[in-house]
Amino acid sequence: MALLEVSGVTKVYGLLRALDGVDLKVEAGSFHGLIGPNGSGKSTLLKSIAGAHYATTGTVRFDGQDITTAPPYQRSRAGLSFKFQITAVLNDLSVYDNVLLALQSMESNWALLRSRSRQRLDAEVMHALERFRLADRADDLAGELSHGEQQWLEIAMALAPRPKLLLLDEPTGGMSPEERRVTGELLAPIKSECSLIIVEHDLDFIKNICDRLTVLDQGRVLGDGTVAEIGRDARVQEIYTSRV
Amino acid sequence: MSVATGTTAMRQTGVRSKPLPLLPFIELVMLAALVATPFVLASRPELITLMTNVLILSLLALSFDLCWGFSGIMSYGQALFFGVAGYVVALVGRDLDFSQMWGTLPLAMLIGALLAAALAAFLLLGRKTPTSIFVAFGTLTGAYAAERLVAGWQYVGAGNGLSSIKLMALGSYEFVEGFEFYSVALAALVIFYLLSRMIARSQLGLVLAGMRQNEERLAFFGYRVQVFKALIFTFSGAIAGLSGALYSYHQGFTGPTNLGPGLSTTAVIYCLFGGSGTLIGPVIGTIAIELLSYVLADTDAIRQFWPVILGVVLLVVVMFQPTGLLGLVVSARERIGSFGARRRAG
Ligand SMILES: Nc1ncnc2c1ncn2[C@@H]1O[C@H](COP(=O)(O)OP(=O)(O)O)[C@@H](O)[C@H]1O
Ligand SMILES: [Mg+2]
Repeated sequence: MALLEVSGVTKVYGLLRALDGVDLKVEAGSFHGLIGPNGSGKSTLLKSIAGAHYATTGTVRFDGQDITTAPPYQRSRAGLSFKFQITAVLNDLSVYDNVLLALQSMESNWALLRSRSRQRLDAEVMHALERFRLADRADDLAGELSHGEQQWLEIAMALAPRPKLLLLDEPTGGMSPEERRVTGELLAPIKSECSLIIVEHDLDFIKNICDRLTVLDQGRVLGDGTVAEIGRDARVQEIYTSRV
Repeated sequence: MSVATGTTAMRQTGVRSKPLPLLPFIELVMLAALVATPFVLASRPELITLMTNVLILSLLALSFDLCWGFSGIMSYGQALFFGVAGYVVALVGRDLDFSQMWGTLPLAMLIGALLAAALAAFLLLGRKTPTSIFVAFGTLTGAYAAERLVAGWQYVGAGNGLSSIKLMALGSYEFVEGFEFYSVALAALVIFYLLSRMIARSQLGLVLAGMRQNEERLAFFGYRVQVFKALIFTFSGAIAGLSGALYSYHQGFTGPTNLGPGLSTTAVIYCLFGGSGTLIGPVIGTIAIELLSYVLADTDAIRQFWPVILGVVLLVVVMFQPTGLLGLVVSARERIGSFGARRRAG
């Protein structure tokens, strides 16, 4: 059974069908790319999976559970982690505290009140920061980081609670080519830890790190297959040459 | 903290010298001043009575700070918990002839906590995430309805309230106004201040700090944001209840206005004036406003229109200094604080 199974998901905004009967399967351990023109519904699909909104019809199953209408905190506890398209680090907290906040979410309220994991999690926080090249910014406020660094911090936070599936919506948005390259390097080793769905405009970037691709266009799945299969698909080439 | 030895090595590792923290210093000065107060004012009993009132109301302001300053709950209901607890201890005194503080003060806290928990279940824990306005209106309406209800209810004295409340007692000792009551009020304030401070600085405090900045984001980390709010709200209800019981005992009287929106708003003003989200700010705000009122009302030249002057001062501070008096000296960074295991300030 696949880790994530999205079946027939439709999301209607007023008169607009932002998603129209979308199916998507992600196997455990796979890196899955989601591509398509602007406005094709990529963010809307990720939000339906993460619980930022609920699908109008259709079902979302994750790790054997039906999570179609589960609130976000339940999905997070089930092992889903989500990085929004718009960065949402907590600007007024230190970089360190941002990661600690993400890491300690599994503790009971009583344990949090007694600060029982503060010492124990220190090494993990620093490890996460080192991994994303933020260790020497630990004491700075998250709001003082550059845009690219904030994206890394968000990825570090999303990964911190060891999710089974990580959802990244345009993690390289607003990055320089050099930062993009580094991001690719930072993401590659994650493969041994969790599955990934990534939305990305840069086709070269996504081809390098993903196993499979799903192409969305106007809320429908236009193609789904390995990177090589999608690369050969004439319809995909058409929308990418005519509209992107 | 060593600015003098701030070497290049330190700067290279990104460790910056931070200014000395001010809040602990302010807290210590306040504590020392409040401990000294009854001795300094030994020859002015009316001022000790005034300061006892101030301490009791500081607890109420503190309870509001936990809601608004720490959890983003715009509560206009603090007086509801305060007032109901105040009536309950008065009634227990009248009808059961019981006023032992070891029984009635915990009872008052329990009543405050239960009322707050009930209100939280209704306003915060619904399926839809409530807006601040919804919570503000909900708590405001609760306080308003309670005031009206009590004002028309003969059993609790209706519009006249309850007077000649049985004195708070410990064994055979009875607390009248003065040094002993002041000490009880100060002890209550110190205990609940320290508890609140522990919460604010714990890992749970980090959740609250994150929640204040981006509630939605926290849900995606797996936090049940509304549950945290409900817990803090309940705790704040307990503190407001304690404050209300002490107030009734100290005044020897309680009335419908003690549980209405007017007193709730006063708590909001104390907190905003002193500086919300700091714990010590609401204490300073309460002291400043009450002493200012006392001095203004006692000055012959302005006796007629002192409320106007007070009103203008409050308006200016609340409008133009949103972080309150403390915001003038304490940086946002220090107010929000840091929660990690190591104090890396160097
Ligand atoms: N909250 C919303 N209300 C109404 N329309 C929306 C909303 N969010 C997205 N849309 C619309 O849904 C479509 C898909 O949007 P989105 O999923 O953000 O696209 P993508 O991420 O692929 O660029 C777009 O036409 C967009 O304008
Ligand atoms: Mg998008």
